[in-house]
Amino acid sequence: MDVMLALALQGGQMCGVLLLAPLLLGFTRRLKARLLRRRGPPLLQPYRDLLKLVRKQVVLADNASWLFRGAPYVIFAATWVAAALVPTFAIGLTFSWIGDMIAVIALLGTARFLLALAGMDVGTSFGGIGSSREMLFASLAEPAMIMIVFTVALVAGSTQLSFVASFMHDNVSLRVSLGLAVAALAIVALAENARIPVDNPATHLELTMVHEAMVLEYGGRHLAMIELAAALKLLLYVSLVACIFLPWGLAATGSGAAAYAIGAALYLGKLAAGGFFMVLFETSIAKMRVFRVPQFLAAALMLGLLGTLLLFVSRSF
Amino acid sequence: MQVGIALWGVAVLLASAGVAALIASHRWARHVGYGLCLGACLGLMLASGHYLVLAPAPQSLHLPVGLPWTGAYFRLDPLAAYFLLVVNLGGAGASLFAIGYGRNEPQPARVLPFYPLFLAAMNLVVLADDAFGFLLAWELMSLASWALVVAHHHDPDNLRAGYIYILMASFGTLALLLAFGVLAASSGGYSFAEMRSASPAAPGLILLLALVGAGSKAGLVPLHVWLPLAHPAAPSHVSALMSGVMTKVAVYGFMRMVFDLNGAPAWWWSVLVITLAGISSLLGVLGALMQHDLKRLLAYHTVENIGIIFLGLGLALAFSAHALPAPAALALSAALFHVFNHSLFKSLLFFGSGAVLGATGERDMERLGGLIGRMPLTAFAFLTGAMAISALPPLNGFVSEWLTLQAILISPQLPSWALKLIVPAAGAMLALSAALAAACFVKAFGVTFLGRPRTAAAAAARETDRASLTAMLAAALLCLMAGVLPGPCLDALAPVVEALTGARMPPQSWLTALSLVPVAESRSSYNGLLVFVFVAAGTLLSIAVVYCVGSRAVRRGPAWDCGFPLVSPLSQYSADSFAQPIRRVFGRVVFQAREHVEMPPPGDARPARLTVTLKDLVWDGLYAPLAAGVVIAAERLNHLQFLTIRQYLSLVFVALVGLLLAVSIWT
Repeated sequence: MDVMLALALQGGQMCGVLLLAPLLLGFTRRLKARLLRRRGPPLLQPYRDLLKLVRKQVVLADNASWLFRGAPYVIFAATWVAAALVPTFAIGLTFSWIGDMIAVIALLGTARFLLALAGMDVGTSFGGIGSSREMLFASLAEPAMIMIVFTVALVAGSTQLSFVASFMHDNVSLRVSLGLAVAALAIVALAENARIPVDNPATHLELTMVHEAMVLEYGGRHLAMIELAAALKLLLYVSLVACIFLPWGLAATGSGAAAYAIGAALYLGKLAAGGFFMVLFETSIAKMRVFRVPQFLAAALMLGLLGTLLLFVSRSF
Repeated sequence: MQVGIALWGVAVLLASAGVAALIASHRWARHVGYGLCLGACLGLMLASGHYLVLAPAPQSLHLPVGLPWTGAYFRLDPLAAYFLLVVNLGGAGASLFAIGYGRNEPQPARVLPFYPLFLAAMNLVVLADDAFGFLLAWELMSLASWALVVAHHHDPDNLRAGYIYILMASFGTLALLLAFGVLAASSGGYSFAEMRSASPAAPGLILLLALVGAGSKAGLVPLHVWLPLAHPAAPSHVSALMSGVMTKVAVYGFMRMVFDLNGAPAWWWSVLVITLAGISSLLGVLGALMQHDLKRLLAYHTVENIGIIFLGLGLALAFSAHALPAPAALALSAALFHVFNHSLFKSLLFFGSGAVLGATGERDMERLGGLIGRMPLTAFAFLTGAMAISALPPLNGFVSEWLTLQAILISPQLPSWALKLIVPAAGAMLALSAALAAACFVKAFGVTFLGRPRTAAAAAARETDRASLTAMLAAALLCLMAGVLPGPCLDALAPVVEALTGARMPPQSWLTALSLVPVAESRSSYNGLLVFVFVAAGTLLSIAVVYCVGSRAVRRGPAWDCGFPLVSPLSQYSADSFAQPIRRVFGRVVFQAREHVEMPPPGDARPARLTVTLKDLVWDGLYAPLAAGVVIAAERLNHLQFLTIRQYLSLVFVALVGLLLAVSIWT
């Protein structure tokens, strides 16, 4: 019975992230529109968009290869597994130990690798420009993320997210290194999700776009999988910040139904808060030139490295 | 006695070198020659694998060949057995690939006899148990591979590569000779057993000499300059051996001298090794990003991966120096596992580049493209290798880099201040190089295999032959297996690690669902098998759901590209344009990259030109002055050739007096 319950919770986590991801996207779009004094699309619009895309016929370029057709599904699956590895409402779920923070980052790396290749598959100049810039940003964002993981892991003594969350919950303290890490994580999260100072998720037909340029040739169900993966990635980063830096309310293994319900309700609140702060930041800043972005990301890398160095010098930072 | 079997295997390899020299002109020569090598390598692999699984006491053998008063000593211990396995796994793969690839060889007589000799020499280096045999085999390995590098000697670039290679190889052997001299001075004998029992007089000096000698063969920065020139110049199956296997023999040489023969490590050794390793990994991958020759790009990646391996070795030295055996075992396991992984995926990638070279005659990525439709299986295998080398789960490269990162996370325990500052910096360099490697392989795979063909040769490519495909797909499968089941691989490494550090990683094989737990479950764990299963299941599930719920219809049409029609294939992103943003961000400092745009005035129909100049700072700063110094010294000393007899006699007299004085003062 316990095993069934544990598996059900794990399944709930996997389905939960999948179902909530478009909602978070719809929430941020709506909120952003309100902040810009527009009415904005309904909250459920992303679900409708996905359904519409899935039902549409796929138009493939003449020379699109098997990689182009298969990549969206693998990108989606890798992102989904990564998102399900980050604790949302509970810690210590049945399969929480199959990968740690580094594995989560690397799974996102797998998805990005395939997406960048898919961007180059048809052989158009837009696909190439998107892939090239995406890999440039990733080449700085990924090490920055590893440095953030180092900082957090050195504080908590673990790279396993469930253990990190429970450590952070039990040993609340203000630390310089964690402050540096949270600033760096915010920068990386903006860059990785193609949000405003780095990339513009709403743009099309502009030379400034990165993510949208890569997926320009996609349509129909393939595009739906990629959009869903992008929504999952946004959810993942908000969950990651919430689980490391706001670990309150996460239900421990074997706690009662009430604890899980509280955890789930608090998680929804954390998602909303995360979305709100992101949108607030986005609406108050202009998009950067592409070659300013590496400096922005290098700042995150240096903050992470500084945090790690401080912790190597003394565990009390 | 596995050591006896191993020596018989080496004898078969030496004999097949002779056979190959005799029959090289026949059409079926490559089947016989490479077939014999394949058999011998498989036999050696089985013998070493059997030894490693049983993990008995070291086996020694003394043969009355070689120097008359010492003979030749051979020994099989866990370290040697492990590297024997790596060498012969790579050798077997390369031989199988060469059975098919050999058809592209215009002059088989220049390759076929030296190839078994090269394999035999690498095996002998690993088996040797005395300094004389080790150096002899090392030099044979250098010479045989040099002969293979200059096999296509009509190309002046290959001749230059061979010249630089043989210079660096001789220099490296000289350093090793001196290192063994210092070791033998305190023990009084040339066998490793005597060196092991004595404590050396100057262990720091031995480390420096071993680092120069083995590091120059492995391609550690700044001794790497020959590697990106020589490895691509050889035929592709030999490139795979040089990059995937010979660099590992160099790692073996370093480990044998530093971990086994030399005394207890001092803390500053690890500072030196970790610094060089971090710089190697970063410079290697940045160098690779600037290339558009597929094989040279892969060779630069060898420099990067050697950096990652030496990072693990340096961490192991650091932990050993501070008497922390368990973390040392973790770092050493990470390094050794990366040795295995790199030999797999680097061989695979060189096979892939060989298949492309055979099918199109091109190594330059700017003249390729669109091969995924014409060579789908080669593309699939190359993609697997590219993902493995970019450290992406669920493949094997990720596991060893993950273990290295775990070792870095334990290192705040180290008391030394220099290490406290250098280890995190090296960790950042490792993370940076892994991310840049992914960018580089998006470029390599994307430009070579994706998009539209840029030349007629690329458009007319055909899938490669069956033997080559078998070798590539087998290597790809092994990459996946080692990534999905790392536990048993690490357990097989345990005797090697235990012999060198006195500790081992906790047993991994039968943990819950084969997960990997390097220290404790509360610290970190990774389960490649379940990650793979979940990703695969998620992929299949999403396909099933989408096909049930949504549309299955597909229509083919021209590419969209924001409404612009597709024009010339040259309008695609090329290798150089892909790397341009990265060159702009990183290359300004590292390569002094400068871009010069030559824009014709309005009304002039000439095309605009963009010229990019890159400088190799290591070459300009270290080797060019050295070469200039040698030339100047040679010109000055040239006067000595034209003296009179009186002057010669007085020179001899002065030299004699000087030597006598030295002797009288010394004693």
